[in-house]
Amino acid sequence: MIISDWKVRDVDEIWRLCDLVKIVVLVKDIPDLTDIKIGQDRRPILVSVKRKINDLDKRALESAVQLKEKYGGEVVTLSLGDEKTRTTILDALSSGADSAYIINDKELIGLDALTTAKVLSFALKKLAPFDLVLCGEMSLDTLSSQIGARIAEILNISQVMYARRIDLVGNKIKVERELEYCEEVVEAELPAIVSVIREINEPRIPSLMNIMKAKRKPVIEWDSKTLGLSVEELKKLSAIEILDVKAPLVERKRIMIKGETPEEVAEKLVEALRSEGVLRDLQ
Amino acid sequence: MTGILVYSEDLDLQLQLLSKGRELSNNLAAKLYALVIGSNVEGHVASVLNYSDAVITIENKSLEHYDVELYKIGVVEAVKRVNPDVILIGATKFGKELAARTAAALDAGCMTECISLNIDKEGNLLAERLIYGGSSIALEKSRRKPHIAVISKNIFKRLEPSTKVAEVLRLDTDHPKSKVQILEKREKSKSDTGLEEASIIVAAGRGFKKKEDLDLLRELSSILGSKIGCTRPISADNGWLDEWIGISGKKVKPRLYIAFGISGTIQHAAGIRGSQIIVSVNQDEAAGIFEISDYGILGDLYTILPALIKVLKKVKKTES
Ligand SMILES: Cc1cc2nc3c(=O)[nH]c(=O)nc-3n(C[C@H](O)[C@H](O)[C@H](O)COP(=O)(O)OP(=O)(O)OC[C@H]3O[C@@H](n4cnc5c(N)ncnc54)[C@H](O)[C@@H]3O)c2cc1C
Ligand SMILES: Nc1ncnc2c1ncn2[C@@H]1O[C@H](COP(=O)(O)O)[C@@H](O)[C@H]1O
Repeated sequence: MIISDWKVRDVDEIWRLCDLVKIVVLVKDIPDLTDIKIGQDRRPILVSVKRKINDLDKRALESAVQLKEKYGGEVVTLSLGDEKTRTTILDALSSGADSAYIINDKELIGLDALTTAKVLSFALKKLAPFDLVLCGEMSLDTLSSQIGARIAEILNISQVMYARRIDLVGNKIKVERELEYCEEVVEAELPAIVSVIREINEPRIPSLMNIMKAKRKPVIEWDSKTLGLSVEELKKLSAIEILDVKAPLVERKRIMIKGETPEEVAEKLVEALRSEGVLRDLQ
Repeated sequence: MTGILVYSEDLDLQLQLLSKGRELSNNLAAKLYALVIGSNVEGHVASVLNYSDAVITIENKSLEHYDVELYKIGVVEAVKRVNPDVILIGATKFGKELAARTAAALDAGCMTECISLNIDKEGNLLAERLIYGGSSIALEKSRRKPHIAVISKNIFKRLEPSTKVAEVLRLDTDHPKSKVQILEKREKSKSDTGLEEASIIVAAGRGFKKKEDLDLLRELSSILGSKIGCTRPISADNGWLDEWIGISGKKVKPRLYIAFGISGTIQHAAGIRGSQIIVSVNQDEAAGIFEISDYGILGDLYTILPALIKVLKKVKKTES
């Protein structure tokens, strides 16, 4: 299969509605942003930073699990990750996913959005038939916001982004979504890919029992070969190259103002702000 | 001749991007195209005439709603017609999904959250963009045409309109029935609170327990002549204020920013980085906001805020 002109047009043949709902949640394993330190050279240090599931993907998973609780069916997660993802994904399995698919291949690390979406689309095709793919509005590490829309185009399925409420109605999905100017309630044909925003829900905290159970749930690893992907072709297709990453230098004074009473503290603050010259209108 | 194609359904943002596009078009000796798509585009077209060399319009009844599948067909048609080297798209929510969807249709790369754009010697597009939640900046290169960049509001300045008037090119496109149907649409009453231009901002986080308690902040704000901001949960979860500050909200650059009951998450911090002086009041010693503050006060906002109001009132009185 040639990746570059691979667009699935024979949707009806590939997808059939299952009797029970099958939902695939795209779960990305990202560095814990609060754990990133900045080195002498102003470069963020990522080795040995803890990893966790992208916050929005946990919310996507929570939505999927709620739909499953309502209608029955199956929830699986799909991640393009690495050898550490197995550990991170336990959190998803504890939170209600039935099984996890991880694409773990040294050759598939550090891809751009274009090629990441291609790889995930290949994997989704292998997971078909399904009714719904849920993902986050964006990866909080790369702030890229592309994967959901790209997959919708590649697989030619319904695209509904920025959901704050999701429900299934017959063989369609009903979504309340939010833009800057308006809120919309839309109905889309299945299969569909839906991205969620932070406000959609608060993900559950898994119980100890579910954490224990998660360890026995299936985790399936795939690589480029299982997906039938040509790594060489993918690399040729990749369009964006990262040349450098730096943390801007912002020096803050970090002075703690202390005093016996709130008034004393307030007076000291006002004094400090006046000498900074930022209370101009009062001076 | 190469081209630069600029799209945003947000007119202000499109004019800002056309202004940046003008600068790039001078470097590339490219023609600058404004793309306007919708069901009723006359007003919008008229407003971009003095900012571009040509305006491409796609007008069709089926484009009444922001349907990404149908709009994508429009952008792709425009790209086929003028074959641009660079495509700039405004980073509204709709702009972001449209950019990614179009990029996929064109098998092109796409850089989002860009804060600067340049053309390198080979004619490739270089962008600085925010990453790690907005705490770092990556320098990225798009090495294949068309180069697509997605840019938020107020990154680039809008120039004065030129006296030259663009030609208008109408494209007819076919739009199949969309897979997504709109059942209901509620317009949001959007009040622009002027946070981006404010010179002093006082801001509320979840340290505030009730909506009414914001009155305290309003009192302080009126003494300081400031604007009021907040974190995302105060606005999006509680609905207490219209706009929030941060990576997904407004990015502000006042000379003084005072945070009350804000923990200082990366997503919020990314929006206040440009402030000259940051002050924070928080009762948790370990709150991250203290790390990025010039002055910190460890304490209960419900006692500090009234004290601050009292002191400022006193100062104002003795000095007037
Ligand atoms: C995709 C995405 C985008 C986001 N974008 C943004 C964004 O643009 N802007 C944004 O703000 N957030 C954003 N968020 C949310 C962000 O992750 C945090 O949830 C949010 O910033 C926390 O807001 P907060 O500081 O008000 O609340 P909390 O984190 O709950 O902090 C409340 C603070 O108040 C202190 N406090 C409590 N009571 C008192 C008291 N009486 N006196 C003094 N201090 C007190 C506490 O110690 C605590 O530090 C985003 C999240 C996601 C997933
Ligand atoms: N490597 C990945 N593995 C699985 N899902 C991903 C991956 N990258 C992105 N996604 C999904 O796509 C969403 C948007 O990501 P992005 O386009 O990278 O901002 C995320 O919230 C995830 O749900």
